[in-house]
Amino acid sequence: MTTASPELTQDTSTTEAAAAPLRSSRSRLEEALLPSLVALLVAAIVGDVLILIFGQAPAAVFRLLFEGTWGNSYGFGQVLYKATTLTFTGLSIAFALRAGLFNIGAESQLAAGGFLAAIVGLLLPPGLSWIVTLPVYMAAAALGGGVVGGAAGQLKARFGAHEVITTIMLNFIVLALLSFLTATHLKVPETLHTKELESGALPRLSDFFASFHGSAANVVLVLAMIACVIAWWYLFRTRRGFELRAVGLQPEAAEYGGVKPGAVWTRAMTISGAIAGLGGLNFVLGYKHYYEEGFAGGAGFLGIAVALVGGTHPLGVMLAALLFATISQGGLAVNAMVPKQFVEVLQAVVIIAVAVSVPEVRRLLRIQRTRG
Amino acid sequence: MMPSSATPAIRLTDIHKSFGPVRANRGASLEVMRGEIHALVGENGAGKSTLMRVLSGMYAPDSGRMEVSEANGALRDVTGWNTAAAIAAGVGMVHQHFMLVPTLTVAENLMLGAELTKEGPLRVLDSARAAQAVDDLSRRTGLRVNAEQRVADLSVGEAQRVEILKALYRGARTLILDEPTAVLSPPEVAELWQVLRQMRERGETIVLITHKLDEVMSISDMITVMRHGRTITRLRTVDTTPQEIAREMVGRDVLLAADVRRDAALGGESWAATAPDSVTATAENGSLGSGLALPTLEVRGLTVSNARRSNAVDDVSFSIAPGEILGVAGVEGNGQTELIEAIAGLRRARSGSILLDHLDITGATVRARGDAGLSHIPEDRHARGLVLDYSIADNLILGQQHRFTRGGFLNSFLDGERIADNARKQIRAFDIRPNDPALPARALSGGNQQKIVVAREMGRDFRVLLAAQPTRGVDVGAIEFIHAQLRTARGMGKGVLLLSADLAEVLALSDRVAVMYGGRFVIVIPRAQASEEVLGPYMTGAERAA
Repeated sequence: MTTASPELTQDTSTTEAAAAPLRSSRSRLEEALLPSLVALLVAAIVGDVLILIFGQAPAAVFRLLFEGTWGNSYGFGQVLYKATTLTFTGLSIAFALRAGLFNIGAESQLAAGGFLAAIVGLLLPPGLSWIVTLPVYMAAAALGGGVVGGAAGQLKARFGAHEVITTIMLNFIVLALLSFLTATHLKVPETLHTKELESGALPRLSDFFASFHGSAANVVLVLAMIACVIAWWYLFRTRRGFELRAVGLQPEAAEYGGVKPGAVWTRAMTISGAIAGLGGLNFVLGYKHYYEEGFAGGAGFLGIAVALVGGTHPLGVMLAALLFATISQGGLAVNAMVPKQFVEVLQAVVIIAVAVSVPEVRRLLRIQRTRG
Repeated sequence: MMPSSATPAIRLTDIHKSFGPVRANRGASLEVMRGEIHALVGENGAGKSTLMRVLSGMYAPDSGRMEVSEANGALRDVTGWNTAAAIAAGVGMVHQHFMLVPTLTVAENLMLGAELTKEGPLRVLDSARAAQAVDDLSRRTGLRVNAEQRVADLSVGEAQRVEILKALYRGARTLILDEPTAVLSPPEVAELWQVLRQMRERGETIVLITHKLDEVMSISDMITVMRHGRTITRLRTVDTTPQEIAREMVGRDVLLAADVRRDAALGGESWAATAPDSVTATAENGSLGSGLALPTLEVRGLTVSNARRSNAVDDVSFSIAPGEILGVAGVEGNGQTELIEAIAGLRRARSGSILLDHLDITGATVRARGDAGLSHIPEDRHARGLVLDYSIADNLILGQQHRFTRGGFLNSFLDGERIADNARKQIRAFDIRPNDPALPARALSGGNQQKIVVAREMGRDFRVLLAAQPTRGVDVGAIEFIHAQLRTARGMGKGVLLLSADLAEVLALSDRVAVMYGGRFVIVIPRAQASEEVLGPYMTGAERAA
């Protein structure tokens, strides 16, 4: 406490600190990537300890986990399939967070998107090429999720209702409604799903690369990546994105700058919901070709972790989605050696690790940058 | 008892304190004698507050030595102590932003953390004894408060008295005051000075952080000047001048507002006399304006409500001629914020109308008002004026973002090149430092942050400027610069509505002066007839004649 470190004494002064120009986009990306890496490291260490407690050899379990995911093309395909849905829900939540909104409703928005896409699919004439029908399906999925998300945005803009409350409650309402409609009007007897769609099935990756055979990975993966790029562009390169982020950081300053926070909240929640809704295509068009009760399976909630680990940056979200998809798929691979709760614990540890480490990581980054 | 200048109460030697890359103190020293009022002056970001927070135990210094005198006069090394130890040793700090619980009474706030309780195992609070203790202290110090009143109901000046009492109640013999007069009216300031002088008489020590040089001259015995985290010089007040202090603060000669005070109001009255009452021109009959000195801004019967009052602004009417600065003085909280926000479009007018040039903008959006030629320097740059995490370049287009787009889909892509050009141009023109447009606004000093706001609002074409507290928390050099900008705007025929809690600033710049009290303009007079003596009573509500 009594002596200044030599680096600090030689440091440039506050006013001269700017001599080294900052590349803000670079720093944004660093902030997006670092939490994922930290999370990975912590997951590995905690995973080791857990595996030892179960009386297994960590090396063997992790080898199995790796082989079952990135080690063979079927496993990798499954990782990509899971990452696709998680990319959409993570991006959805990250997008809303940029506007200062915590969207807990991606689960029902995802379900509503898949549901509406399936309904439209049942009405479309059979036999059309996927290239023709895809835009229609996309519009339907985006509409389904967008309406649910937009409703929460409107409730906040009009009445000041907090979006955390409304999106949680909308989850109950929307999931119950979809369940009701499926059960009473749409399901094939003895199942929980609708009839199979006769148009719009999307090519799987195995259609292009035979080694992916058997995995559900499909071209919606490409849509997810495009969605991330467009979201990035929107957030950081357009006027609307400029205004959206300003509302997220300082609503009062945004208002002063001629932005109406209420309008931005509605717009951001609508887009956020639409993104989550598009995630429904992964299951409905890319995998099963029907809507099935409960297909979302928690991906909307795991998307919260994806968004946070991804640093609410669209490109970080892609990586975080891969991470969580790997853990999830890896859990199936090592099921014989450790209980399946192992994966759930590992996911939770990753999220906590990120929550704890992020401020620390950023502080380190800042110091490093001003010295370099 | 005469203060004996031989015994130091506080001695800080070569204090260093960094926050990440920001080196707030780098070799700051301070020696304060017992029983003196010591002014610690310096520009914003000079490290005054940091040094005092080190002294009061809120921050531990990275290096350096801190000594405080004991009862017997001997200096004790207290380097890196905590707030509890500082309070125990009788060093108390009154912060710029009050740290009081609004829902508790004055007595309860004073007791907080050291509650008086009745005998017995339950340790029930003894409110009667607490009130008695507060009354005793209040009488002894001359700081008048009502022990039973809720802090939420106090005026700013009263709240500050409670803050000072709180420090004294805990046995402070050395009192640190961080910019205590920022929120006070002239009579309240006079009262504060009296209390401080009484404390000095009793042998107590006072460190006063300020950047108002007239205060330094009128109250202090000694002056320590800081610049860029270092102690520059130590002066005896009787041996120095405001000019010398300002020079030491900034590091070069500066023009003080008092030197260029205009003694005559130009045009302010003449417009009001010549403009026909019938000029109610709107967009369609704007041609009426040709040849006439139409007001740039006209406000008629404006009434605005806030959370507590339906008439926070109460039927206010005024107009501003081209090339006129209308200065509005008054103690904060008398409707100034609501008035500015209503004109800027951030708050709805309950009734009345607002005309910009001849265009009725009463119901227009913020953006439409900006496009019509309204510029606005908001009173709180941290909440409204800047997005602190946005870069300097992005902050320089806030509110103008729709003008910095390029063609293509929906004409909505930001034009990075023009944003960068604009940033380079404004940074140069307004001397914003550091000059890296990619730095977040958060990283800049208060004065430079304000220059971003001023550059954005005045570096473009505008008709009317709303300038609310344009130099609050800004260093002397930046004040000089901003005042020059306001005068230039007047010279170019712009209308300026200046709101400032600093009466000297209002008097230095305005052509006409209004005082706002209780939501009304209680007096509007030409600058030539205005003075602190004339306006003071109106600011406290003692005089109400409109």
